[in-house]
Amino acid sequence: MIASADLFQDPLPWVLGLPLVSAPVLALLPRWRWGTWGNVIISALTLLASIGLFFRRPEAGPLLFIDDFNIYLVVLTCFVGFTTSVFSAAYIARESKASRLKPLQLRFYHAMYQAFLFTMLLALSANNIGVLWVAVEGATLTTVLMVSLYRTREAIEAAWKYFILCSVGIGLALFGTLLIYLAAQPVMHDGMSAMAWSRMITQAKNFQPELMSLGFVFLLVGYGTKTGLAPMHAWLPDAHAEGPTPISAVLSGLLLNVALYALLRFKMLISANGHALSPGPLLVGLGMLSLFVAAFMLYRRGDIKRLFAYSSIEHMGLMTFAFGVGGPLANFAGLLHMTMHSLVKSAIFFCVGMIAQSAGTKRIADIRGLTASRPLLGWSLVVGVLAIAGLPPMGVFMSEFLVISSTFARSPLLALPVMLGLIVAFAALITKLQGMAFGPPSPLPGLEGGKAPSRATRAAGYVPIFAHLSLALLAGIMLPAPLVSWFQAVAKLLG
Amino acid sequence: MRWEAFAYDTAHLIGATVLMMGFGLLYQRRMAAVIRTYAMQAMALSAAAAWQAHIQDAPHLYVTAAIALFFKGIAVPAALQWLVRKLGIHRTVETALGIGPTMVAGVGLVALSIVLVLPVTENAGALTRESLALAMSVVLLGLLMMITRRNAVTQVVGFMALENGLLLGAVGAKGMPLVVEISVAFSVLVAMTLFGIFFFRIRERFDSLDLAYLETYRGDRS
Repeated sequence: MIASADLFQDPLPWVLGLPLVSAPVLALLPRWRWGTWGNVIISALTLLASIGLFFRRPEAGPLLFIDDFNIYLVVLTCFVGFTTSVFSAAYIARESKASRLKPLQLRFYHAMYQAFLFTMLLALSANNIGVLWVAVEGATLTTVLMVSLYRTREAIEAAWKYFILCSVGIGLALFGTLLIYLAAQPVMHDGMSAMAWSRMITQAKNFQPELMSLGFVFLLVGYGTKTGLAPMHAWLPDAHAEGPTPISAVLSGLLLNVALYALLRFKMLISANGHALSPGPLLVGLGMLSLFVAAFMLYRRGDIKRLFAYSSIEHMGLMTFAFGVGGPLANFAGLLHMTMHSLVKSAIFFCVGMIAQSAGTKRIADIRGLTASRPLLGWSLVVGVLAIAGLPPMGVFMSEFLVISSTFARSPLLALPVMLGLIVAFAALITKLQGMAFGPPSPLPGLEGGKAPSRATRAAGYVPIFAHLSLALLAGIMLPAPLVSWFQAVAKLLG
Repeated sequence: MRWEAFAYDTAHLIGATVLMMGFGLLYQRRMAAVIRTYAMQAMALSAAAAWQAHIQDAPHLYVTAAIALFFKGIAVPAALQWLVRKLGIHRTVETALGIGPTMVAGVGLVALSIVLVLPVTENAGALTRESLALAMSVVLLGLLMMITRRNAVTQVVGFMALENGLLLGAVGAKGMPLVVEISVAFSVLVAMTLFGIFFFRIRERFDSLDLAYLETYRGDRS
């Protein structure tokens, strides 16, 4: 009786348990249509449970905890997870009508989707740095399986590359975790609680600084690979381009955030120590490099999904840069940018998924005049791309502006190259957008033959796009005061 | 005091054996020999874990030792041999960098890890210091193998050698919670099944497991 009452007191087991339990259930459901519905319903319930965290925050345990920093990422992950599951219902309906995916593959896809959500939520709410590592590894495994879903030559190469590069990255991150544990061991002693982050941060002053520095370098390379930082980004464009589009949306919008989050947790430990190497310059350097590499790569892209994958590298670089600069304002900007990028980039991938389905190609050169042939979709893409390129009044403009102005305040010389990088990327995106959105329309072979999709399918495709873009717009026009104070508190926490 | 010296020397010896096998992997020219060397490395790792369990009085490490022995030392090599036979993979190892230069690079990496680890661990116990340096060497050698071998199976073996190095470090770290070891072993298991699927898919689509075939497709050079 008490146990069941406790279960309702604490939403965290629900947030983690719902996706975990539903994954095998979805794999067993005989009809894939039930699977799509189940996927949407479970994701909605998980979102509700995660909102419950605001009202009843559980106490920190040795394995799991919720604090000011991760609670908003948990809710963001659940939200994007839910909207993507809605979009995925529309996407899957079209794919299976075109019989590109078999029923068995679809069952597997839905199970993996929930397993993937579970690993991400576990990584975000992990207190033990070992559990954090296990969860990130699990997220890699589940996404590899989803990237290879289409089983084409390209998909298999992408999945293989992703798997090899990220496994090595993950291996190095484990070595880094081990070194951090050894640095902490004289103070924290043995046992499970020795790896609890919430205890480590209070004792971090007394850790061995040299071991921590060495460990952080491994962690930076390891989790940095997963964040998609240059020069370890080679897996990212392929994995985004060849997997199903809903997966590209969650990879870009959520998984990259999770890896960056893991890195930031360790950065906090290093900063709390005070004697170890200062992580700021490393993050600034890698972030800047990613920003530039990606910005120039944007020009040569011929594939629409790769284009936006490179744009994700650019934005992850910008966030890493902001957190590297540090200080309340730059951290605030980094956190805001994390949120805005998640919302806008996944909305863009939703558009791209529908475009690729109706145009029957992913080649940018073959996609023309979308605003004329499919006005609603075309204009959604225009709004999304303008938003991600950083035009006002969308939220991305706000966060990019804050990154630059806070950098100016601390070290003006750094702000100039960042501005340059952003302008280069902006011009590339606008050039590519112009061809796709305007001009005489190209034929849309994907739409010919067969019935038009039902109204429900259409709505399931568009509603997530509108929801994400309007939230980004709202954040750009007027950021709600509670959210601002929230971000400020977390920014202070990040140091 | 003499017991402690003995405990330390033995741990050192076993760790060095794991490292030796790491070098062994680099100079084998035949696929079957690579897999056998990997099996021996896994068994040496198992001995290292068992010895650490004994001297640290940490019985849970025996579990790690058992997993290393039965799963990584016996089951995985057997499965790999079967795959090589079944798929008719080249029996000789194809290298991207010659054996000689690879060995030189390997020696350099070991020196690098000693230079990196020993100065920063002055306060830690001697056991931890040495085992950490050995572990890092094995990790870097595994990485080197992944870079310099072109065939998918040898690349996978390189990755598993890297994991052996990680485990060697983890068992040497005194009192590290069990979660990590089991999870690592478990993830190797998962990874292995995954590899199996991968091999079959690659086999379905390509006539060779040579990754150079994959590289014909390099994104969108349209």
